[in-house]
Amino acid sequence: MAEPVLPPPPEAPAPAVEAAALERRAGALLLLLAALVLASVLYVLYARGSFEPTQRLVLIAEDSEGVSVGMDVTFSGFPIGRVRRTELADDGNVRILVDVPRKDARWLRTSSVFTMSRGLVGGTTIKAYSGILTDPPLPDGAERKVLAGDATAEIPRLMSAARELLANLTQLTAPDAALAGTLEHLQRSTARLDEQLAGKRGALGALLGDDAPQVAATLARTQQLLARLDGLAQRTDGLVQRTDGLVQRTDGVIARADGQLLGEQGLVGDAQATVRQLNQLLGEARQSLSKVDGLLQDAQAVAANARVASADLGALRAEVDASLRKVEQLVNDLNRRWPFQRDPELKLP
Amino acid sequence: MLAAPSPLRALAQGLHERGRVGWRVLKLGALVVALALSPSAWRPPWRAPLAAQLVRAALPLLPWFTLLAAIVSLVIIRIVLVTAQSYGLSVYALEMVVRVLVLELIPLTAAFAVALRVTVPMAAELARMRHDGRLAQRQALGVDTLRAEVAPRALAGVFCVLLLAAVSSLVALMLAYLLAHGFTPFALARYTRLVGHVFDPVLSLIFVLKTGALALAVSVVPIGSALHARDDDLTGLELQGLVRMFVVVLAIEVAALAGNYL
Repeated sequence: MAEPVLPPPPEAPAPAVEAAALERRAGALLLLLAALVLASVLYVLYARGSFEPTQRLVLIAEDSEGVSVGMDVTFSGFPIGRVRRTELADDGNVRILVDVPRKDARWLRTSSVFTMSRGLVGGTTIKAYSGILTDPPLPDGAERKVLAGDATAEIPRLMSAARELLANLTQLTAPDAALAGTLEHLQRSTARLDEQLAGKRGALGALLGDDAPQVAATLARTQQLLARLDGLAQRTDGLVQRTDGLVQRTDGVIARADGQLLGEQGLVGDAQATVRQLNQLLGEARQSLSKVDGLLQDAQAVAANARVASADLGALRAEVDASLRKVEQLVNDLNRRWPFQRDPELKLP
Repeated sequence: MLAAPSPLRALAQGLHERGRVGWRVLKLGALVVALALSPSAWRPPWRAPLAAQLVRAALPLLPWFTLLAAIVSLVIIRIVLVTAQSYGLSVYALEMVVRVLVLELIPLTAAFAVALRVTVPMAAELARMRHDGRLAQRQALGVDTLRAEVAPRALAGVFCVLLLAAVSSLVALMLAYLLAHGFTPFALARYTRLVGHVFDPVLSLIFVLKTGALALAVSVVPIGSALHARDDDLTGLELQGLVRMFVVVLAIEVAALAGNYL
């Protein structure tokens, strides 16, 4: 065996000073170990989020496969929560209880969507998406459904679809398939086309076969028709030129009418002057009418005076009547007393 | 002339002897734990031999082992990170590094280092003292050899394993962060979260139990073997102690692995 590598054991009782130094060193080592262990424990507790205030989020999924306690819930790739527990609800769904630290809860809104996906490599991941960050924040204890997206679950469907596609392809490419027949027909048609193209009638013959002469006659007649149409178009051109001249003359007439209407000595200037005179006349008429108004007021005053005067006339007449009657009585008295008859007739004024 | 013992009898004797030593070692372990937990063992006059053994065991080994652990960790972390990156699995690389290094390799390495450098030589010392009769002599003089000689050595071994494991784990965690993210504090939150993710309660409990059991095994088994096995051959005695210790360490490791990953 190897020689002992330790320093010699303290056989003789060590001096007191050395013993104290040893004890100090041993104490320091013990302290170092205790500090390391304590720091490690605190760090692990902190790393597991034991000192963070959290809020609860309940995710409801159909399947808890791949979900483990302690796994992260991420938002934009950053972990914002931890799965604390999974349990089976009464309705058979899985309740995934997630603790979200309060400082990260602001990323979760009432409109947030949660997805659970299983990749081909690696474990299941739960992700949160918040489209509208201005929505109200997710309350404590909120329950949300998880949308499941399973990459491995897609494989069987993909395989069956691929198999179907391959079967269809096999059918298409089989020797007795419709595609093969079509290709054969196409080949034959191409060969015939080649023959026709090489023949007298060219491509037209290849396309139309026996009807080709008729088509040629139709083409000749169409040519004649086009020539006649050309003549017609030339005549129409002349007509259009004459119409142009007419239009130019009409332009001149319109310019003259414009001058007469809107020129310096035009009708519109005269009409404007007339309107101004009419305005003046109307002002004067208004003044006359106001004078007539004054006259009417005076007349009204005169009529009122006349009415008062006629009332006074009544009283005067009554007085005159009374005076006449007195005069009549006086005359009668005189007549009776006066011995000689005289004409008693009294003439009233 | 005496007849040679039959193979069956020899096997039964061997088994009996092993059972006896095993039982004694177990008892010694229980005694050491009980002494470590009783305050009287940390008071004078027993404090001086304990302090002497602690310093003698831990102080020379600590810098060298930390340096060695740092170099080995550096190499392993680099290999894992580069390999994971080449396969596009760099997301899982750090988690794997923390698991492999801190949880599995470092406690085992610390235990073996302490066994080879501290407890096995201490056990040899005790075996020689027992062989020379010095131990019996001191016992006859009324010295409590368990408290004066045996328990301080065993406790020093336990302490040494725990200290080395703690320091090297810390160094490995720091190296893993620096190699993965460089000299920047901005990935600390994510790294802390990853460490928290790795150290779930069950795993942490198994880690603590495993480290404690390894420390106890590498300290008590060689010393117990040296004290209680037959002392007719000193070299054979050391070898027996080593073999026993390896078997116990293996059993602990297998149990921890089963607890972690089954």
